[in-house]
Amino acid sequence: MIALQARRSRRTERIAVTGLRIAAGFVILAMAALLGYLAFEGTKTFYVDKFPLWSFLFSPEFAPDANHPGAAVFVTGTLAVTLFAIAIGGPFGIAVGIFLAEIAPHRMTQVLKPAIEVMVGIPSVVYGWLGLTLLVPLIRTHTSSPSGFGLAAAGIVLAIMILPTVITLSEDAFRSLPGALKEGSLALGATRWQTITRVLLPSASSGLAVALILGIARAVGETLAIQMVIGNATQFPKGLFAPTAALTTEIVTDMPGATAGSLLEHALFSMAFLLLLIAMVLIVMVRFALRRRA
Amino acid sequence: MKRKPARAALHLGVALASIALAACSSSSKTQDAGTSGPGSGTITVAGSTAMLPLVKDASAAYQEQHKSVKISVSGGGSATGINQVAAKAIDVGDSDITAPNHPELVDHRVAVVGFAVITNPTVGVKGLSKQQLRDVFAGNVANWKDVGGADQKIVVVNRPRSSGTRAVFVKTIMGTAPLSESGLVEDATGTVVSVVKQTPGSVSYVALSGVTAGGVAIVAVDGVAPSAGTIVSGKYPIWSYEHMFTNGEAKGEVAAFIDYVSTRTDLVQKNKFIAVSVMKVKETDR
Repeated sequence: MIALQARRSRRTERIAVTGLRIAAGFVILAMAALLGYLAFEGTKTFYVDKFPLWSFLFSPEFAPDANHPGAAVFVTGTLAVTLFAIAIGGPFGIAVGIFLAEIAPHRMTQVLKPAIEVMVGIPSVVYGWLGLTLLVPLIRTHTSSPSGFGLAAAGIVLAIMILPTVITLSEDAFRSLPGALKEGSLALGATRWQTITRVLLPSASSGLAVALILGIARAVGETLAIQMVIGNATQFPKGLFAPTAALTTEIVTDMPGATAGSLLEHALFSMAFLLLLIAMVLIVMVRFALRRRA
Repeated sequence: MKRKPARAALHLGVALASIALAACSSSSKTQDAGTSGPGSGTITVAGSTAMLPLVKDASAAYQEQHKSVKISVSGGGSATGINQVAAKAIDVGDSDITAPNHPELVDHRVAVVGFAVITNPTVGVKGLSKQQLRDVFAGNVANWKDVGGADQKIVVVNRPRSSGTRAVFVKTIMGTAPLSESGLVEDATGTVVSVVKQTPGSVSYVALSGVTAGGVAIVAVDGVAPSAGTIVSGKYPIWSYEHMFTNGEAKGEVAAFIDYVSTRTDLVQKNKFIAVSVMKVKETDR
């Protein structure tokens, strides 16, 4: 009887493990297929159209009709918008993270946490729409920008969108610090502010780095919301309030018109591949930061 | 401590997914329209957003008369229409421009469309010469006062490279002069009109069918305002044929529907298009 039961549970175990293996294998396969396809299509610009990689990355002239798809404008746009977003959203998000982990009374965290979770769930088109109807007119009336579309509008929308990521991850970074650190500092007579800035912040630095890097990853990949407010002009950002374009927005704007096999399509695929590579670099950075902490 | 890498991975997943979405969003767009093939009792039409009001009206009226036929109409831009019908993803591709690269596509001219140069009302320019238009859209002049308007910065609003409206404007006005890259780019006729409405100093070009409500000013070109009369006689330069492309000869319900669109001249006129039959200027194409 017992032997039978044991055999049965062994069989269940085998089936379960096989099922899990298949699921995991499928994920790996899907990722490999995606990577392979993007690498294949994304490099056609270089080996089919013979356009030099160097010019693709650094030439500001995007003229696929004239066989010259330089993507420097979009690379710069992505970098500028991301920097803008992290410069605002990063410190603000970390501040809220500190507040939630160290200062906020329990009741307040109970209200704030779900609110932050809702922020994650709001679709990006809603953020874009609000940016278009509230932020763009605001920038137009209060700055020298004649249209209001541009880098600042996109950066602010993005800053708000990456907040939940930065907040939750930095809160985690503080919460995971050993309690003895804080207690020891307070016992030595340090004030709460001194404890936070001199003891907790340095100790949590690698966790905060992860929060910022993942915020950056989110910002780099965001598309729809910023396409609605960035202006989509194929030019370097001439200032905070001038229209420009990012890699993602350019893909969305011109993809409908890209004939299969055309240089424009190849160039857009190259941009998509470039985005994937950026994401992979960011992942490596996260791994590095996590390992340093461990 | 253990929990955190998992959480980090989750966030990373979100970030990655949004990047993947950026790469795929347009391909999923193109597949939406292709759910049913020819001959299924369903006709799928996509393409030019300028043609959208006419094709929508005509499809509603046609389905009223032919209860067994379902017609799905969507936009996407002229190039999308051509690409998708060439890929057999849809039955009919709407376009403001011809498709010289696709010899397999059969062209059906269903109407003539005029395009208006529109500005925000604060600009105060009633008319521009072709040369002035070229200067404005090429970015050679930066302020409206240089072309007889208010002291206000010029904000050019363009359509994306795939746009038929943009192609017609380039062909009829710009010639070889390049469009200014510093302009905004908005991806549909409706969006352009609303951006021009709310942005002081802005100027763009849209199909006359798209300028239904007020809030924008129409600019005369070389002293001629766009109207059915001036386009028919050939005095107003910015117009083109509206094409409905099929992959191979149109058959059955598809052929009947295309014919229906071009013969319902009341709907053609109501949407500010012009029937092909009344054109006095016979040009091979624009």
